[in-house]
Amino acid sequence: MKMNGARIMLECLKKEGVDTVFGYPGGTVINLYDELFSFKDIHHILPRHEQAGTHAADGYARATGRVGVAIATSGPGATNTVTGIATAYMDSIPMVIITGQVPTALIGNDAFQEVDIIGITRPCTKHSFLIRDVKDIALTMKKAFYIARSGRPGPVLVDFPKDVQMAQGEFHYPETVDIRGYKPNLSGHPRQVEKAVAMILSSQRPVMYVGGGAVLGDAAEPLTLLARKLSLPVTTTLMGLGSFPESDELSLGMLGMHGAYCANMAMTNSDLIIAVGARFDDRVTGKLSTFAPHAKIIHIDVDPTSIKKNVRVDLPIVGDVKDVLTKMIMQADKSTENLTEFTAALAPWHSDIAGWKEKHPLGYKQSSTVIKPQFVIQKLRELSDDDAIISTDVGQHQMWTAQFFKFNKPRTLLTSGGLGTMGYGLPAAMGAQAAFPNRQVITICGDGGVQMNIQEMATLVQNKLPVKIVILNNNFLGMVRQWQELFFDKRYSSTCMELPIDYIKLADAYGAKGFLATKPGDVESVITQGFKEKGPVIMEFKIAREEKVLPMVPAGASLNEMVLNA
Amino acid sequence: MQHTISVIVENDFGVLSRVATLFSGRGFNIESLSVAPTNEEGLSRMTIVTRGDAQILEQINKQLNKLIDVLKVLDFSDGSGIERELALIKVSAEDDARAEILRVVDIFRAKIIDVTPKSYTIEATGNPLKIDAILELLRPLGLKEVVRTGSVAIGRGAKGWNG
Ligand SMILES: Cc1ncc(C[n+]2csc(CCOP(=O)(O)OP(=O)(O)O)c2C)c(N)n1
Ligand SMILES: [Mg+2]
Repeated sequence: MKMNGARIMLECLKKEGVDTVFGYPGGTVINLYDELFSFKDIHHILPRHEQAGTHAADGYARATGRVGVAIATSGPGATNTVTGIATAYMDSIPMVIITGQVPTALIGNDAFQEVDIIGITRPCTKHSFLIRDVKDIALTMKKAFYIARSGRPGPVLVDFPKDVQMAQGEFHYPETVDIRGYKPNLSGHPRQVEKAVAMILSSQRPVMYVGGGAVLGDAAEPLTLLARKLSLPVTTTLMGLGSFPESDELSLGMLGMHGAYCANMAMTNSDLIIAVGARFDDRVTGKLSTFAPHAKIIHIDVDPTSIKKNVRVDLPIVGDVKDVLTKMIMQADKSTENLTEFTAALAPWHSDIAGWKEKHPLGYKQSSTVIKPQFVIQKLRELSDDDAIISTDVGQHQMWTAQFFKFNKPRTLLTSGGLGTMGYGLPAAMGAQAAFPNRQVITICGDGGVQMNIQEMATLVQNKLPVKIVILNNNFLGMVRQWQELFFDKRYSSTCMELPIDYIKLADAYGAKGFLATKPGDVESVITQGFKEKGPVIMEFKIAREEKVLPMVPAGASLNEMVLNA
Repeated sequence: MQHTISVIVENDFGVLSRVATLFSGRGFNIESLSVAPTNEEGLSRMTIVTRGDAQILEQINKQLNKLIDVLKVLDFSDGSGIERELALIKVSAEDDARAEILRVVDIFRAKIIDVTPKSYTIEATGNPLKIDAILELLRPLGLKEVVRTGSVAIGRGAKGWNG
């Protein structure tokens, strides 16, 4: 049966199991939208800005583990997606972005709404395609989805010219795909696995350092099993939160710039670091020359380029983290008698760690007059569902969430770690809520970032997506203010928001509900009331304005040189 | 240290800019670059001469391999390859210099491919050090224009790159 290219594209999405797309129409995708109009198998959500649509697709992908799909028109529509694409790229999120393009005959002529979006996004996509012929659509989409989700996942952009959407062709979706230049190595080498387990069993102060790869690779289960079997303390990065339950005794919480004292001390004093799907980012290692000076390093990652990029590695294992960890468990099971001996010998190490935990636990000074942000986060944990999905924006509130929420399940924290994109939280929550209409989805935002995509309130209300928006309002660009306080003599250059916003009225204007808490006594009731609402809600908390995120490793300092109270 | 690597790529739309973006985006440098189709349908071969220590070279190799359009990266840094470059050289050639230039051309087994009363245009091939050397000798005689292709390289021995 012949159909036009636009219809073929939708059939491809259906074949890939796509049920929801986030997109915005325009001249070069009008044909695609015309087909969507009568295409029943795909639910289309219209965000109010293409950046938000892309973040929503990203949030959908992070929450589900499936490929998120966003659509935008050529030119300004396409350029509006760039921040969303870069955000996904930095955190290795599987996405396919379909952009309209001017007709092939006009490409390169500076036609109306023409931009070289493939060129613009080349450094922040895993790969990209320009479809030049209607007969190439199916194979291209098969490849695009395969590349986006396999190996180290990432965003793939497909540029789809208008004339190709209009051309007639046959639809045959390929069953399999073979890309000769792309064969991700998923299976961990058995010899390396054997060596890894031997290295662990001969260590005295081991620590597992777990990144976003463990979440993306769905490795929470084998990770937890292995850690418990070998009694290995586990610290995670911001992106790794949720891969190992923070309620577990072996959990050290998050490490790095705003990590827990015990986590950073454990890394610094460790004799063996087992890095799992993490990339030794500068926010995690602090000063490289003094990072983990006594430790050997085992590095497990699906992406060989992550290994030995920033630090020396004693034992690299390239492979899917789930596969490698599962093999490590099997290997450990072969030496049961050694195991008991090994775990018993870890007692002094565990007692060192317990000492650090006790000496400087994560904490804050409670107040009876002003709301402490950390208190709000703790209350949110207490009053929210076990499987609630939390997204954050970027800033102090993001770090407080990471420190105090206590994540126990993978894919329950959606946050922009690599790019640190303000404006991410609200639309990402929207995407997650679209995927899970019946789960509680909460976004925790600052008063700065929430305004960067506040227009999505309309999308939430229109689509009955009951996202609970928490605003920790310090009336400051708090994270930058904190740096100015500590390193620039309190010269608060352009970080005070000055104009107060009435978020209750704002919620009202969009047809949502708003609640305000101004004193500690309000916190619980505002959260309870907010959670009770069936629709989207803003809960605003006026928090201690100059509260700092602590502890803090100043940029360029060593991990053990943490500022604990300043 | 200088390294010569060959990269077998799909000759798809945009592959050259992907490689170029990778080098510029990560601060790797390119001393020379040549690209042309191979004997195998749909494949091109790039030869890149770059500079950096062993760790940078390892990253370059891995990052290139990560590109979807890259099938294979061959590293000839260990001397396992033969390298050649072609140069077209225009020199002013008047009076006594004409004979001297011809002597140099002869020694380097180069060729004169264009002649005017005032100039010679020379074609020289060889490994890049040989090209450097002929240019050094011609320089005092009046170089007017030099075009170099950049290195191309191939592995020694009976085997092709894919066996
Ligand atoms: C798009 C973007 N612009 C600027 C920044 C730099 N930045 C990082 S945190 C921050 C302050 C955020 O303020 P707010 O949203 O109020 O959160 P708070 O830190 O106060 O909790 C800024 C400006 C950024 N991360 N992203
Ligand atoms: Mg703020």
